Amino acid sequence: MRELEYPFDSEAIYGRKKALKRELLAQLDEKSCLHKKIAILGGSTTRDIKLMLELFLLNYGIQPEFYESEFNQYYQDAMFPNPELEAFAPDIIFIHTTFRNIADFPTLSDSAETVQELLDKEYLKYVKMWERLAKVYHCVIIQNNFEYPYYRLLGNKDASDMHGKVNFVTRLNCKFYEYAQNTPNFYINDINYLSAQYGLEKWSDPFYWHSYKYALCVPAIPDLAFSVAKIIKSVYGRNKKAFVLDLDNTLWGGIVGDDGVENLVLGHETSAGQVYCAFQEYLKEYKALGVLLNIDSKNDYENAIAGLNHPAGVLKPDDFIQIKANWEPKDRNLVQIAKELNLMPDSMVFVDDNPAEREIVRGQVPGVAVPELERPEEYAKIIDRSGFFEVTNLSEDDRKRTAMYQENAKRAKEEAAFENYEDYLKALNMKAEIKSFTPVYMARIAQLTNKSNQFNLTTRRYTQPEIEEAAANPDYITLYGKLEDKFGDNGVISVVIGHNIENVLHIDLWIMSCRVLKRDMEYAMMDTVAEACKKQGITEIRGYYYPTAKNSMVKEFYALQGFEKMKEDEQGNTEWRLSLADGYDVKNHVIDVENDL
Amino acid sequence: MTREEVYENLNEVFQYVFDDDSITVQDETTAADIEDWDSFEHINLVIAVEKKFGIKFTVGEANEMKNVGEMVDIILERMPV
Repeated sequence: MRELEYPFDSEAIYGRKKALKRELLAQLDEKSCLHKKIAILGGSTTRDIKLMLELFLLNYGIQPEFYESEFNQYYQDAMFPNPELEAFAPDIIFIHTTFRNIADFPTLSDSAETVQELLDKEYLKYVKMWERLAKVYHCVIIQNNFEYPYYRLLGNKDASDMHGKVNFVTRLNCKFYEYAQNTPNFYINDINYLSAQYGLEKWSDPFYWHSYKYALCVPAIPDLAFSVAKIIKSVYGRNKKAFVLDLDNTLWGGIVGDDGVENLVLGHETSAGQVYCAFQEYLKEYKALGVLLNIDSKNDYENAIAGLNHPAGVLKPDDFIQIKANWEPKDRNLVQIAKELNLMPDSMVFVDDNPAEREIVRGQVPGVAVPELERPEEYAKIIDRSGFFEVTNLSEDDRKRTAMYQENAKRAKEEAAFENYEDYLKALNMKAEIKSFTPVYMARIAQLTNKSNQFNLTTRRYTQPEIEEAAANPDYITLYGKLEDKFGDNGVISVVIGHNIENVLHIDLWIMSCRVLKRDMEYAMMDTVAEACKKQGITEIRGYYYPTAKNSMVKEFYALQGFEKMKEDEQGNTEWRLSLADGYDVKNHVIDVENDL
Repeated sequence: MTREEVYENLNEVFQYVFDDDSITVQDETTAADIEDWDSFEHINLVIAVEKKFGIKFTVGEANEMKNVGEMVDIILERMPV
């Protein structure tokens, strides 16, 4: 919804909050929406934070249910048995504490040891809360860091002197960050940055604290809620995955087809040219996050490539996965790019300076992100603040993603050279590792369960603690699959979880990354599942398919695996069985599999 | 701005904040007369009124005004003549 996209008008959101909620609920897609239980543990008033968070989450297709602690009861709620919160069973706990909740600051006469003790004491109070919450609730924790204080007794020295509140807050924040670096499922909501961006003076207007015990000014609450919502949608796999970029007047000034490469506004010789260089540099940094760059431009292909080879350009043709430079409608190119990357069109961010093109893409491709751009020097800011690619977990896979997609392009060329598809697969020299869940891959496995939408039979989402529990339970069979071939390593791309009840294995989860479609990896996985079953005396496998808006590609998955359909209900949910009593026919003949059975 | 003009503008603010076009307020109107006017919505009302008239209430005023009449008194006192 446009009103909730950056840059939003907070006042208008407040004014229309009821109407916005009605509209968001009306357009919510039951099949693809996620239901999440969120506990807000506040050290100050949180009422409007909840209201605003609800709007931003609904806008991401996440329907929240809230638990809200009584005023300033965050510590009690976290530290003591709380039947209400236990019954609520939160998926996420958001701890909204601020500078106002720091009880003991150093005084000017304190020794270095005393200051250190105060710091450790304040920090330990939080660590104990986080540890208890993780142990009791096994859920994601989002914790505010601290904003800077409203006044500085020591003036500038408040930052550098150990007695200064600014110094104390800075050191405490650093301790929070260290904890975050070493703790999965724990995320910092950076209100220190947010308040700076908003303007600390307005953010901490004491009017709101003294009147209503809000630790930030009420007009800034949408910004705070947006920030928390971005973390939550990222945790649940709702990040965007790729850029689809225009060229003329977006990546450079001017029109390459009309003006010629030599006359483009790009390069450090002019101020205007620098602006486009800076934007290209900004986009290039996204490659390290695994965000895929693509071009969708109304241009002759040769002109587009010539422009991208401009000597002052930062982005070169090699930085892109798909380059569509033609005279087709841009929305069609975008859908085609998504298809070739095996991504959903709604996981794209379309960047174009032309309002008419933006309107067409927005109208034709539901769910695609189309930031409003005006001045070239602000392109990066708008994209940045929108949080399309909010990072919560950065895996090795993310860093290598562009390379993996480029390897896929080479595979496609190789495929064209073979007449027989199986010969092509054999020539890839594929090697798979299919083993029980192991600690080094837990984060990637949890990430996959939350990101996979298309090749996903049940669309069950797991947190990392749930993954770890399944792995430790002897009644569960858990398998991850890693696949490499002569062009490169795809990393962990498939996950299966099943549980055994009286020698029948029920498959709770079966997912695979679309980047290894049609490589027979799903057969290699099933072969290993069957072998694991045999080892445990399991005589039958039951599979389940639950349709969503995105997973129709696996509707007949179990039929292809030789299962027979047992049931189908009105919603299209199906249940399948495969008996292992009379043996099992191995299905994969092209991948060399290493397992730990 | 006359008291009547202040009321015209104030009615618009109330209607917007409480999402109800039928609201009109008078000197004697209090939070008890408007269903959604609780202590939380009072903040949003205060912010909207401040914005509309280009004034600021102090913490004391914002929290101690007894009815709409007192709010209008403060608005009139603070508005540039």
